[in-house]
Amino acid sequence: MPRKEGARKVTGQAQYVDDLKFPGMIYGATVRNPARRGNIRGIAFLPGVPWDEFTIVTAKDIPGKNYVALILNDQPFLAGEITAHGEEAIVLIAHPDRYLVEEARRRVRIDVEALPCVDSLEDSLAGSLNGTEIIWGDNNIFKSYFMNKGDVDRGFAEADLIIEGDYETGAQEQLYIESNGMIAVANPHDGVTVWGSMQCPYYVHKALIPLFGLTPEKIRVIQMETGGGFGGKEEYPSMIAGHAALLAWKSGRPVKLIYDRAEDMTATTKRHPSRTKHRTGVTRDGKLVAMEIDFDIDGGAYATLSAVVLSRGTIHAAGPYSCPNVRIRSRALATTYPPHGAFRGFGAPQSIFALERQMNKVAAALGLPPEEFRRRNFLHGGDTTATGQVIREKVDLDDLLFRALELSHYHHHRDTFDRANPASRLKRGIGFATFMHGAGFTGSGEVALSSVVTVEATREGKVRILAASTEIGQGTNTIFSQIAADALGVDYSLIELAQPDTSTVPNSGPTVASRTVMVVGKLVEAACVGLKHKLIFSGLLEPGYSSVEFAHAAAAYIDRIGPLRASGEYKPPPNVSWNDETYQGDAYGAYAWAVYVAIVTVDPVTYEVRVDDFVAMQEVGKVIHPVLAMGQIEGGVAQAIGFALYERVAWNNGRMANGQMTNYIMPTSADLPPIRVFFAENPYAYGPSGAKGIGELPMDGVAPAILNAIEHATGVAFNHIPLVPELVMESLLAR
Amino acid sequence: MRSHVPSYELVVARDLPHALSMLTEGFRPIAGGTDVMVLFEAGKLAHKKWMSIRGLPELRTIDVTPDHITFGALTTYTDVRRSAIIAAEFPLMIEAAALTGGIATQNRGTIGGNIVNASPAADTPPALLVYDAEVELTSPRGSRWVPYTQFHKGYKVMDLASDELLTRIRLPRKFASWTHFYRKVGTRRAQAISKVCFAGVRRGDQMRVALGSVGPAPIFLENSDISAISPIDDVRSTARYRMQVAKNLMEEFLHASA
Amino acid sequence: MQLSVNGIERSIEAPPMSRLLDVLREGLHLTGVKEGCGEGECGACSVLIDGELANSCLVPILQVEGASITTIEGVAHGEKLHTVQQAFLDHGGAQCGICTPGMILAAIALLEQHSNPTLEHIKEGLAGNLCRCTGYMRIFEAVVQAVRP
Ligand SMILES: Cc1cc2nc3c(=O)[nH]c(=O)nc-3n(C[C@H](O)[C@H](O)[C@H](O)COP(=O)(O)OP(=O)(O)OC[C@H]3O[C@@H](n4cnc5c(N)ncnc54)[C@H](O)[C@@H]3O)c2cc1C
Ligand code: FES
Ligand code: FES
Repeated sequence: MPRKEGARKVTGQAQYVDDLKFPGMIYGATVRNPARRGNIRGIAFLPGVPWDEFTIVTAKDIPGKNYVALILNDQPFLAGEITAHGEEAIVLIAHPDRYLVEEARRRVRIDVEALPCVDSLEDSLAGSLNGTEIIWGDNNIFKSYFMNKGDVDRGFAEADLIIEGDYETGAQEQLYIESNGMIAVANPHDGVTVWGSMQCPYYVHKALIPLFGLTPEKIRVIQMETGGGFGGKEEYPSMIAGHAALLAWKSGRPVKLIYDRAEDMTATTKRHPSRTKHRTGVTRDGKLVAMEIDFDIDGGAYATLSAVVLSRGTIHAAGPYSCPNVRIRSRALATTYPPHGAFRGFGAPQSIFALERQMNKVAAALGLPPEEFRRRNFLHGGDTTATGQVIREKVDLDDLLFRALELSHYHHHRDTFDRANPASRLKRGIGFATFMHGAGFTGSGEVALSSVVTVEATREGKVRILAASTEIGQGTNTIFSQIAADALGVDYSLIELAQPDTSTVPNSGPTVASRTVMVVGKLVEAACVGLKHKLIFSGLLEPGYSSVEFAHAAAAYIDRIGPLRASGEYKPPPNVSWNDETYQGDAYGAYAWAVYVAIVTVDPVTYEVRVDDFVAMQEVGKVIHPVLAMGQIEGGVAQAIGFALYERVAWNNGRMANGQMTNYIMPTSADLPPIRVFFAENPYAYGPSGAKGIGELPMDGVAPAILNAIEHATGVAFNHIPLVPELVMESLLAR
Repeated sequence: MRSHVPSYELVVARDLPHALSMLTEGFRPIAGGTDVMVLFEAGKLAHKKWMSIRGLPELRTIDVTPDHITFGALTTYTDVRRSAIIAAEFPLMIEAAALTGGIATQNRGTIGGNIVNASPAADTPPALLVYDAEVELTSPRGSRWVPYTQFHKGYKVMDLASDELLTRIRLPRKFASWTHFYRKVGTRRAQAISKVCFAGVRRGDQMRVALGSVGPAPIFLENSDISAISPIDDVRSTARYRMQVAKNLMEEFLHASA
Repeated sequence: MQLSVNGIERSIEAPPMSRLLDVLREGLHLTGVKEGCGEGECGACSVLIDGELANSCLVPILQVEGASITTIEGVAHGEKLHTVQQAFLDHGGAQCGICTPGMILAAIALLEQHSNPTLEHIKEGLAGNLCRCTGYMRIFEAVVQAVRP
């Protein structure tokens, strides 16, 4: 089944936002805080450009509320009196000459009186504990969770061995190859329409309503073909849409606002840096009896999605292990960096990195091979996770582990490397990680979203799917079409997708959290079943029909009865319960399970690490489209190799100093090992055709597998990523 | 695009004399443009008058005489990679070219541009330094040959007058039987800017070593003394790393060429 | 000034330092040429200039006077996709699609040099074209399949 919009993409016909042009369109630009946190004292427009030809917008021009509606509504569209970080937008300008806009941007002087900054999790915590510097709320804490299962103190008392560990992960830039951009048309009469690159049209919609104080019908958001998102186009597009719309509102002309690479990298959100402390109690025979985990993430200057990222990180922090006593404390803290945000995995890659390094440490302390220690503690059907969720699906981690180790020739390589390394200049190692990833929104999230998908038949016998779920490369269009074709029993080519446009498609929820196939796909299936039943009950179609008969029946229905539509609405799977207060219960409807194995070479001359081979073994329910599924896993693994070894954000005075593709190192085609992807299938009863979520999973287990392999190669325990060569050197020299 | 495009001038040099006369009128050369255009994009190209020299065929030849091979400043990385004689006698040039950027950059980027751009991190200079290159500088006043080891004087400071064009580069054909060693350390394997770049050639106790990214300009080590380097911290790496890796590579070179 | 784009002679008026990228996209509406970085790193803007792969973001328009340019729009033969395009479609070489036009041109340029490329050739030939979605594996597969008889 070829990708639904694939032909447009391989011929260059696909329309991304920057490919659109409107008559009379002008070009916008954003002028940002030149300093750091501080009081805005004045804005001057220096001579040298014809300012009278420019549209200029500041906080004072905002017709409605000056906040980006999301969770806490703390972030302004434009800073007015106080600015919280060095990349904050303060002034917007627009002009018909795109080159002049850049010239003008350099001629806006913003005078900022500096306020103290908080540059680290430590300083933020110190502020919260001793009140030294409070930059957000009462205590610098955006959100905290406390999760408790069993009696951890008793667990530690029973433990024969207690092992502690500290782990850190850095910021990571999503680096979709299409940078962010929006075009807006806005005026009091017609309302506001924006076209853009985004994951979540209804997030943008929600944010524009208060900004303009308009009714929801007056706001229209249209997703253009989107050149990658990975979470980076989940929340920030609301900001850009607002900016473009403000300029359009004031100028009365269409405004295009496209970020260049440098602006996209430095100003938009990145993965939250994190720090995890583990304390693990085990018995001498290798059973986990107590896990205490402290997990902190750096949210940057505003709350954005930190609470949700933290939630997922917290829930995944204890991994796919059965431990009777677990206590997890977690906090999302404020700092004076630009806000961090969603990125594939959403907190889980951070906490799973820590856990899977810690598991190796505990195994070593016990004198057990890492695989054996894990085997003794894997979750099985009927066991409970850290949230007390009883695993009802069939889980066979032992089998996944066995197969992954076989496929990677784990034991063979381990022995060979152990024998060869002492005499060899290059040091080689093999390591793995075992993990799980919950699909869909956490806990009660899906119920609160109550997503809807509609399908409608056309007179030509085609069926169009209306959903706000976006195609961002991950294959939404193709999978939805496939699900619809299967459910309707018609040919794949008869299925069409409506362009996500909030004026025509219902809200099927955001395109995040690996929920699109499993949750929204199920709604597509339900809507199609509804449509089929309508036709059959109308007497126009007999079961056992062909595509052609379906088309005739649909046309007849439309002629005689009227529009042929049906919708699917979210219903939670049975027996799911979640307590938001205690953070206990069924965190996710389903989990994907995986074992990833990495082989590495460490070069002690350059301290560079190369990944030589990578095996990704997972169970994701039923694999609906093998080519797309493999592509998702491979792409995720590649990004995660970057997260582990290459992609370092160099911070300088609260700003990203390496905001260029040349200095922020993502892997090229020459840097990646063969990524060998394998699926074990175990259909999930509540997913469409048995599918579970898949998109985020591959981000989780790669970094710990690699660092476990590096420890095997060098004998040094590295617990900080990105593990760039400079860090490898410092540790190897210190040894 | 952060520059105001219409306020830049660009003209095409018809031939070498034309190019030289334009130099005196304040036009600066663009060859492949792979450095100039990056600055332009970033809004950091201060100079506004440019001339394209890319079409000057006399600067894109590779000539072989019994003592030298001489190539034009406009020789691209791709040209270098396709040259059998360079591969046979100056393999470090091939390695440097193959490790530069990606294919698109190799197709347009020139050796002359790499030299005159004078980035401390440039990858062909260490190879040119160990091969004892000379560069030909031409102005309306005439031409002169300068030993490449004398060309870089400091950060982006060169023995190059504002009316001079780098026209040719010549390498003495005496290294074919030496051991050649090149390592570019740039973390990723393509599209990388060097954190350290090491070139060395050796025959018996004769040895020539040069490095990139460990000081304000590419450096030739007199007496192969590695302590002469002066690396710094920047967004790409640390001084400690560069120093240590340079030392390690020196050892590795000595070991590999022993 | 004159140049040939996808086999058609075009005359252009633009400031001489205009990037070929902008002239193609804005002047000639060939928006299949993408901008991913503007600094020569990503290859999304790749085109063929007289058959050679180049990043159009780094080429001032005056340097291609009289040249012959191929963009993604000029790769298919009418309705029939080029074998490389078809292989990308069949083997999952395109996900979000933003790197795809440049990647396909890089692959075509590679196959001009190596009609039967090894994996190492492919990796090297495409290393100047960054893809954040695929992890490159499906792309390698597509290139390998494109030259399978
Ligand atoms: C994506 C990318 C990757 C890169 N990777 C590498 C790499 O791995 N290693 C590396 O070393 N470089 C790299 N570079 C930098 C660049 O490609 C090289 O420095 C290249 O050799 C420059 O040549 P050019 O002809 O394009 O120079 P241009 O940009 O045309 O010119 C560069 C400078 O040299 C001057 N100049 C050019 N020719 C002459 C001449 N004949 N006489 C006098 N002055 C002249 C120009 O006025 C200008 O100041 C990369 C660049 C890009 C965009
Ligand atoms: S846009 Fe030209 S290489 Fe990225
Ligand atoms: S397919 Fe999205 S960047 Fe390559």
